[in-house]
Amino acid sequence: MSSIILYTTVSLCATGIASAVILYLVARKFRVEEDPRIDRVEALLPGANCGGCGKPGCRGFAEAIVKANTLEGLCCPVGGETTMPAIAAALGLEASARVPRVAVVRCGGDRARRPRYSRYDGYISCAVEHALYRGESACPFGCLGLGDCARACAFDAIRVEESTGLPVVREEACVACDACAKACPRGIIELRDKGVKARRVFVNCVNRDRGALSRAACGASCIGCGKCARDCSFGAIIVENNLAYIDFHKCRLCRKCVSSCPTGAIREENFPPRKVELSRIEFEN
Amino acid sequence: MLKTFTLGGIHPPREKLSSGSAITPLPLPERVSIPLSQHIGAPALPLVKKGDRVKVGQLIGEAAGFISANVHSSVSGVVLNVEEAVDASGYARLAVVIRVEGDEWDDRVKQRESPDRYLSAYSREEMLSAIQAAGVVGMGGATFPTRVKLTPPTGSRPEILIVNGAECEPFLTADHRLMVERGRELLIGTRFLMKALGVEQAIIGIENNKPDAIAKMREAVAKHALGIKVCPLKVKYPQGGEKQLIEATTGRHVPSGALPISVGVVVHNVGTVYAAYEAITMHKPLVERVVTVTGKSLARPGNYLCRVGTPVACLIEAAGGLPGDTGKVINGGPMMGKALASTDAVVTKGTSGVLVIPVGEALRKPYRDCIRCTRCVQVCPMGLEPYLLMTLGEYQRTGELERERVMDCIECGACSFACPAYRPLLDVIRLGKSRVGQMIKSRK
Repeated sequence: MSSIILYTTVSLCATGIASAVILYLVARKFRVEEDPRIDRVEALLPGANCGGCGKPGCRGFAEAIVKANTLEGLCCPVGGETTMPAIAAALGLEASARVPRVAVVRCGGDRARRPRYSRYDGYISCAVEHALYRGESACPFGCLGLGDCARACAFDAIRVEESTGLPVVREEACVACDACAKACPRGIIELRDKGVKARRVFVNCVNRDRGALSRAACGASCIGCGKCARDCSFGAIIVENNLAYIDFHKCRLCRKCVSSCPTGAIREENFPPRKVELSRIEFEN
Repeated sequence: MLKTFTLGGIHPPREKLSSGSAITPLPLPERVSIPLSQHIGAPALPLVKKGDRVKVGQLIGEAAGFISANVHSSVSGVVLNVEEAVDASGYARLAVVIRVEGDEWDDRVKQRESPDRYLSAYSREEMLSAIQAAGVVGMGGATFPTRVKLTPPTGSRPEILIVNGAECEPFLTADHRLMVERGRELLIGTRFLMKALGVEQAIIGIENNKPDAIAKMREAVAKHALGIKVCPLKVKYPQGGEKQLIEATTGRHVPSGALPISVGVVVHNVGTVYAAYEAITMHKPLVERVVTVTGKSLARPGNYLCRVGTPVACLIEAAGGLPGDTGKVINGGPMMGKALASTDAVVTKGTSGVLVIPVGEALRKPYRDCIRCTRCVQVCPMGLEPYLLMTLGEYQRTGELERERVMDCIECGACSFACPAYRPLLDVIRLGKSRVGQMIKSRK
């Protein structure tokens, strides 16, 4: 009886040792050499796997950095101002400076200014609605308001406002990863430089129809009249296909265009209230 | 035992309200807007400008490339503008807007077929060029240029022509009435297409719920034509799908990703056959078509012969006006049609019907989670797994979608119809299909 137990134990042990030796040899032979620096870089990254850097997840980004052995053109938009210098220090490389950016929603067609004529009751996705028809309003370029951008955001930085039907960006949470801009089937969202004190001036419309058509569809549309371009002292505004666009590299935030736009399609953000307006309010009171 | 296809299929209520009403010519509208892109392929290039006078049948848009089609004026009058006009989906497309003045036809168009010419008098090239010149496209809804379909790729040999008279969409009766009223013309058209393709055999597939059409076509076949067979089919949606109809009538299976010509078959809709007949014998371009205007709330559902470019609102007016409780107006049938954003949209070469749905039945029910009941898999006529395709589509797994044969989907909507949780399966699958299509294109 005891001999059975003995044989079993011994043969099991022998099998175990033999397998261990085989496994050890196989592991030695087929070992994948991996740069230990990849793990170190990955540990420094935020781990959100958002794809904002253009690589498949944080691991992919770490591999790309180590392989390139330079930080030129490689940047983690999520990590803010700390991540890239930290990686540079860990690898002994030079960190390139980056201008902070933020996602900007370029549609001002809220429910009041852009009347809805029909009702969409299909699958809740802007991409599906966009592929099927022009949307509930008469504007074939404007925001559909079904929130593909909000679902794409990994940082809870964008959500669709119930009252206006338009997405709102929480600037402090936005890391400019570009996920919302890629998710938007109509290309309404754009990454723009955050600007001095986060101040920005931009055309809040992407409608490329002729003025009469876009005006009929929405009260807040750019009609391509070109007044802003003529008024701009810095040549920052170009009008193409009935639509004005402000180049944020050239814009000096003078806000002349904001007051000259006849439809109110140019939007200023994070500026202090205007003195002129204040005095007028006081006067009226 | 009646024939049908084997995989899947559904039985929606038929609702053929207008099957007994004869084709009535619609009075000319005051103005028409003729889109330059009424077909699959490149939009036609405009040949007219503002202020030009045009006659019915005059060429106003020239085909731009091999897969494209000519567009003709459907009315006589003055061109008001060549502008971007709202199409059925609400997006702007280039269209020629014409103010109607009288009804003067182009001299080249004959009003009746020449009685002294027989089939043998037309050569294959003559027929093909007549079809191409007339801008004939597939009128079952896909609007693929007919000339291209009649020119099989080198190396393939067509054996059978199938004429699609299934009309499996509920509510629609345009093809049905065409078969009942224009049987002789359809038969001549079928003979033309057989000669153009060089085939000896043709099958006219008709669903069994149209006994008068079957009787009419059989009578015409017995009197005139050899090599043509009328094949009654067991009622099942989507029988009119190309691959389903091929299986139902011939028993042949078109492999995944292949065209019907790979099994020696070419399918044409009865509307297309009729248009080809008119194009060959009268040089009449495709400027008018039969449109079913229907809906339970309409006063006079019927079949109207109307000019291309007529606003949908005019058709609804003829059928008794738009009821006050209308929730949706659908371009096409209830299964595959799309809701119109506005009744200003116009009839195009591919418009087979206009369906008015009251508000109580129009809205979709809110959808719930998938319970894995596999109803959608059971009804899919292409043997796909719609629930899986929807999930993959939601997560944009394009590679897996392609492997799950999403491109085989014929967008019949049987899955969405059958789903007990009212899930909008087809919406998402369609989006996935277009993404996979882009991916395949970018590979080339």
